[in-house]
Amino acid sequence: MTNKTQKGKRSKSSDSGLIDITQKKFRWSDYLAEKIIRGTAFLSIAIIVLIFFFVFRESLPIFSTAKSSAKTEASAENQATQETYGEVTDTPKAQDVQETYGEVVDISATADSTSEAYTVSAGSGFDDNQTALKSILTKDWVPVSQKPRYGILSLIIGTFKVTIISMLFAAPLAIMAALYTASFAGKRLKEIIKPTIELLAGFPSVVIGFFALMVLASFLQEVFHYDTRLNSFVGGIAMGIAAIPIIFTITEDALTAVPKTFSEASLALGASKWQTAFFVILPAATPGIFAAVLLGVGRVFGETMIALMATGNAAQMGLNPFESVRTLAATIGAEMAEVVFGDTHYNVLFLIGSLLFIFTFILNAIAEFYVKGKLMKRIQGK
Amino acid sequence: MAHEKIQTENMFLHYGSKLALNDISIQIPEKKVTAFIGPSGCGKSTFLRSLNRMNDLIDGVKIEGKILIDGINIYDNNIDVVTLRKKVGMVFQKSNPFAKSIYENVAYGPRINGVKDKKQLDEIIETALQNAAIWTEVKDRLGDSAMGLSGGQQQRLCIARTLAVNPEIVLMDEPASALDPLSTSKIEELIVQLKEKYTIVIVTHNMQQAARISDLTAFFYLGELIEFDKTKKIFTNPEKKQTEDYITGRFG
Amino acid sequence: MIKSFKKNIKGILIEGMTLSAALLIIAIVVVMITVIVIGGKEQISWEFLTSFPEDGMTKGGIFPAIYGTALLVIIMSVAAVPFGTITAIYLTEYAKENSIIAKTIRFAVRTLAVIPSIIYGLFGLGFFIKFVGTSVDNTFLGGQLKWGQPNILWASLTMALLTLPVVIVSVEEALKTVPRDLRAASLALGATKWQTIWKVVIPGSISGIMTGTILAVSRGAGEVAPILFTGVAYYVATLPASLSDQFMVLGYHIYVMTTQSANVDKTMPIQFGTTLVLLALTFILNISAIILRYRIRKKKTD
Ligand SMILES: Nc1ncnc2c1ncn2[C@@H]1O[C@H](COP(=O)(O)OP(=O)(O)O)[C@@H](O)[C@H]1O
Ligand SMILES: [Mg+2]
Repeated sequence: MTNKTQKGKRSKSSDSGLIDITQKKFRWSDYLAEKIIRGTAFLSIAIIVLIFFFVFRESLPIFSTAKSSAKTEASAENQATQETYGEVTDTPKAQDVQETYGEVVDISATADSTSEAYTVSAGSGFDDNQTALKSILTKDWVPVSQKPRYGILSLIIGTFKVTIISMLFAAPLAIMAALYTASFAGKRLKEIIKPTIELLAGFPSVVIGFFALMVLASFLQEVFHYDTRLNSFVGGIAMGIAAIPIIFTITEDALTAVPKTFSEASLALGASKWQTAFFVILPAATPGIFAAVLLGVGRVFGETMIALMATGNAAQMGLNPFESVRTLAATIGAEMAEVVFGDTHYNVLFLIGSLLFIFTFILNAIAEFYVKGKLMKRIQGK
Repeated sequence: MAHEKIQTENMFLHYGSKLALNDISIQIPEKKVTAFIGPSGCGKSTFLRSLNRMNDLIDGVKIEGKILIDGINIYDNNIDVVTLRKKVGMVFQKSNPFAKSIYENVAYGPRINGVKDKKQLDEIIETALQNAAIWTEVKDRLGDSAMGLSGGQQQRLCIARTLAVNPEIVLMDEPASALDPLSTSKIEELIVQLKEKYTIVIVTHNMQQAARISDLTAFFYLGELIEFDKTKKIFTNPEKKQTEDYITGRFG
Repeated sequence: MIKSFKKNIKGILIEGMTLSAALLIIAIVVVMITVIVIGGKEQISWEFLTSFPEDGMTKGGIFPAIYGTALLVIIMSVAAVPFGTITAIYLTEYAKENSIIAKTIRFAVRTLAVIPSIIYGLFGLGFFIKFVGTSVDNTFLGGQLKWGQPNILWASLTMALLTLPVVIVSVEEALKTVPRDLRAASLALGATKWQTIWKVVIPGSISGIMTGTILAVSRGAGEVAPILFTGVAYYVATLPASLSDQFMVLGYHIYVMTTQSANVDKTMPIQFGTTLVLLALTFILNISAIILRYRIRKKKTD
């Protein structure tokens, strides 16, 4: 009856009326789907390789000593003759294409006053690239000048200063909050803390930067009575706020991943809840917490918008946390739109980008491999 | 005996280095109900999954020996596994309907086979649901979600879904183990009816069930096929001591 | 007695300290939201949301920035969601859990998630604009400058790379909630692997794909650094009409208004208003993502 006719229509039947399984069918859709999916999956790897290649490639020219001096001169002419401190004194890049409104204001008065301390001793007939390369490990970041110098030392120190301040603020706070959430908090409180952290993770950094610039800077100045309103301290705290969700989430994961048997054994031996949390769970999760802090460092290290808005943007070497600083990422963000494509300044900014990329790549690799391996050993190897 | 539908010769199966099936040789006849019994972990499901190559999905499975269906080794290189699975349908222990309507669940197989005509689809679905003895219960709500059915109905729907593909063999892995007695007896009745058209292989941990519905029974123990014979013989006069111990409830 | 009392004090101290840390974080979030809401709520009006800036951006609305942000995230999603979803499908359906390829891809995805956003900006400039764009100009337009400069297409694609890991992670989580049983059921009915993925796995994880998209959109709407030099503009008098146009976005608008406008005090209300709009936008997106994800996780445990 119907069954028979269906069978006849729907599948190749051999003489016996049985379904023939010996004919291997080629299915285009499956073949294509698999090829496309497998190919696409490699995209993530390809992107990383491409990022490294292209960012590094654009920085390469400063390593080659031979370069047409004509180009150097041309680009020098394009630039302002007055020496600046890498400050954003220009109107944003869209100016020649679009109508621009408003005057440009220098937000950091200190930057200009300090920059006067560096006077330019003009040497004649220097090769732009060679000088650039030589000047990289000095402290003077004076990219827009008749004799530009690209010393990134002060930028590196500025970046580290901000990073350290932000970690001193964010790491203890986030780790303690995670410990509370994992070990003490009741269900209700957990349901408040975790979504709040998720919301904070969703804050755009420009919003945090805005808050730091408008509110936090004034507030902290009231409390600590320092002179420069925007400085590495304000920037550090603001970036710390941005890093809290990362540190919190990974720490909390690490704490909850500690097997229940650990804490049960401890509680059974008569240890109290806090002793268990502090002496059993926390130590067992240290590799994970270490990873959390590493990734927090990575987040802060490359943060651009908050750095631009809250650190004051003056390249200084001092260790005083209440001085303005300029970070590596902020330097790229502020100056890339102003430079002439292919210019030495442009190349140096890409070199800074390569450094940032390599640094965060290494941080992440350490967090991944070293820490994970250790954590596994600790939890399973007992 | 009738035509041998399924036949294995010295078949071994390893999960990684663990031996799960040890030298299985069996001949399962066409259009009969064959039951696999044995204590849990003895390899019944593993054996069943080898018959439609669902074991291919598990990493580290190694199979040696021959498994023949209609005389063709289904592990040969030229075998089309997708077609094989249309020929050898499977009903799982835990009912697993898709989160779609009742109609779409049954239509899934035919649609995959390229049936587009609405009238033809309706026909196939009605037949399948009738054959699975669930038509009267669902005919007025074919558009409802299958998730709203009771456990027993879901399992019969899964059987209907399998029948809609028009297989020759239906493998069932403890299809009634999670069901209440009423649903169980419905499914048992159904299985007896199905053997008119299909070769049925059923795994069960319930010996009464095997005795009630099967024509032949195979007893597995620790990855080995201990005894295989007519159900009547196995339950009244088994050859092997282990079989006797098991059916008399001395272990397992 | 005394000893246990001391123990207790320590316990209370530690619990109190960690609790204060948690409360301080909550307080920071609450203060930020409150300040921005109070500072910006006066400014929000239909007028503000739908009109162009006026008088050197000291008056008027932020419509072009809203429009540009929307356009950016749409183009970005069109690029990021399919690729992210496919990568997630590879990882859950095709890759062997412990194969080197799968491990490398997972590592790459996590690395992409931590690369600073400014680096994406550099890459967008070096790759999309200078490499792809310039090549297109040279081969098809005879060297006329059109694609070899910042525009909304390059900015959106740069943002798509940045949000790719967000999509991958969310979708992968959702794909994993589709029970193995259902895949087995489909395959046992004679469906091919791709049919199973297309008809069972993807429909079963639609909410996860949506969550990933929402999170990516939220991230893309707020990020500024990647587009600083790949397409965003300080002020554009007209809305972008083609993919090769520059555009305005909310985040960059906040940045230029606060740091580079002539009269920061005068435009304060606009700054707060814009920030409130951006924050509200990301909030709505994030909260819906949180709710969706909560539902997915619940489904998983059911
Ligand atoms: N996916 C698997 N991986 C490894 N070992 C398995 C797997 N499935 C089953 N086994 C092992 O194979 C043996 C037989 O299992 P199974 O076929 O499920 O037994 P039964 O269905 O008779 O209860 C058991 O020892 C079980 O642990
Ligand atoms: Mg079993």
